[in-house]
Amino acid sequence: MSASTLAGLVGAALVGLGLYGFIVSPQPLRKILAFNLIGNGAFLVFGIVARKGAAAGFPFDPVPQAMVITGIVVAFAASALAAALILRLQEETGNVLLDSDAPAKPPGDEAGAS
Amino acid sequence: MIETPPALAATAGGSLLVLAILAPVAGILLSFALGGRFAERVALGLTPIGLAIAFAIAALVWRSGAPLVYNVAGLPPPLGIALRADGISCVMLAAAALVIAAAAFYARANFATPKGVMEARAPLAFWILVQAVWAALTILFVGGDLFNLYVALELLTFAAVPLVCLSGKPETLVAALRYLMFALFGSVFYLLGAALLYGAYGTLDIVLLAERMRALPAVWLAAGLMTAGLLAKTALFPLHLWLPPAHANAPAAASAVLSGLVVKGSFFLTVRLWFYVLPALPGGAAEAVLGTLGSAAVLFGSVLALRQERLKLLIAYSTLAQIGYLFLIFPLASGAHPWVADGWSGGIMQTLSHAFAKAAMFMSAGLLAESLGHDRIAEFAGAGRAMPATFFALGLGGLSLMGLPPSGGFAAKWLLLRASVAAGQWSWAIVMLAGGLLAAGYVYRILAPALSAGAIVLEAPPQRSREAIALALAIVAAALGFAPQSFFDFLEVGRAAATALR
Repeated sequence: MSASTLAGLVGAALVGLGLYGFIVSPQPLRKILAFNLIGNGAFLVFGIVARKGAAAGFPFDPVPQAMVITGIVVAFAASALAAALILRLQEETGNVLLDSDAPAKPPGDEAGAS
Repeated sequence: MIETPPALAATAGGSLLVLAILAPVAGILLSFALGGRFAERVALGLTPIGLAIAFAIAALVWRSGAPLVYNVAGLPPPLGIALRADGISCVMLAAAALVIAAAAFYARANFATPKGVMEARAPLAFWILVQAVWAALTILFVGGDLFNLYVALELLTFAAVPLVCLSGKPETLVAALRYLMFALFGSVFYLLGAALLYGAYGTLDIVLLAERMRALPAVWLAAGLMTAGLLAKTALFPLHLWLPPAHANAPAAASAVLSGLVVKGSFFLTVRLWFYVLPALPGGAAEAVLGTLGSAAVLFGSVLALRQERLKLLIAYSTLAQIGYLFLIFPLASGAHPWVADGWSGGIMQTLSHAFAKAAMFMSAGLLAESLGHDRIAEFAGAGRAMPATFFALGLGGLSLMGLPPSGGFAAKWLLLRASVAAGQWSWAIVMLAGGLLAAGYVYRILAPALSAGAIVLEAPPQRSREAIALALAIVAAALGFAPQSFFDFLEVGRAAATALR
């Protein structure tokens, strides 16, 4: 098995694992971690694509690498935004599960916040 | 020096596309730097400039009958990144500029920086985010490179999610978080699909990809992943769960932008993908699936809208249904049949008329909620007499949703209906008619109690100027029903080249 095939399989496995976690886990924090797993799988796929560029005469196709860097920045920003929202939700309600539509704390009650 | 093929060469006036993107971006930076109440002034001052640029682009494309092209840094694809504005880009740019301008002036009453304070959190965030939505939409409408479009899609999400939770109430935070989760799922799937496409063809430029496209397994996988991701961001049934709470809990001006424009951004990209990148694929089955999901959304969204107790939730569920109509464009506008022009015009017309009608309805709902102190439909008795202009805007917007003449919604649904009958695809026609009846039901549910007799005490009468803004948008939605044939020809600009490859 060549290194590219192995990397491709690992990428696919990461995407699969991440997707499973993303759908099954009710906790938003775990969902963010799962999202990052899927993202890393996608970045690995980009890495193999860059290697394929070698066949076209390049020593190494630089475009996918630029895309991966952009993708990492975007994924980082997304994770930060989600984490900020979760923190704020924790401050407001003390509960961060997405399952319940109704927030745990009734409006005006400050005792629930910790 | 390699000769640039004519399809990739830049055209005169292409720099207007750069200006269209730079204007809102400059606005964001200025708002950040100056802060406080300057953010509002910058955003409001920007709206006429953005409108002028959007209409100038449309005028150039209209006159030349060919897309406007700009190659960033003068490098044509595959090395460089192209910006292209064709017929549908132009109309979407103009619609976005109009709705954003209306929402900005409407929002002045809610998001003015209070007197005696240098800066307040919610107003500053609102004015910056609304410009960010505008910038992201502009890039989405003119982007010519699938990776560039990915970045635009992300910018749009990052601007739209915080708009939902500006008030900071727990239920809005939950809605925003759920929205973000669906959007993240969508973006990472889109990215994965883009990686596969790049792996297969070594470029992500839309024109080059369309030329090289073959029905490889990797392409099918990429198309499936990207479409699934985009559907999650567009809130097409069954990936719609995030939309009603997010759109119903946002402030009215933000809801108008989210429901009218933001979901259209990812829909626009889906259209780009299937009609401009993948027209060479024998996509009959895929298009039927998209149409079926759209039909399910029409019926499901309308029935749920009928059952809502609160006006804003009703309007949000109606967005689900109206998004469903958009996806009928896939089975009805693909192929090389005589009816596809009708399907195409109908789908784009539905996008435009829904943008205006829904923005008008959310703004009216916001005025109602402010004046009455609630938005429970059952307690609207007598409100029609107290706030006639607001209810007129609601009714006019509702006319477009139902698809009754004279309205853009009627033109859209009539064209789609004609296409489905001509194509012999009766099932879509039945769904459209049923959807129209159900829409009539939920619009009646809003108007009937409001027009019945009853005494109502307004907490504060609505501002005339804000009523006028909502009404103006509703009138635009109705006026679209009078669009001449030349407008529909304009929508085909840049599409002929793509369909010829089939």
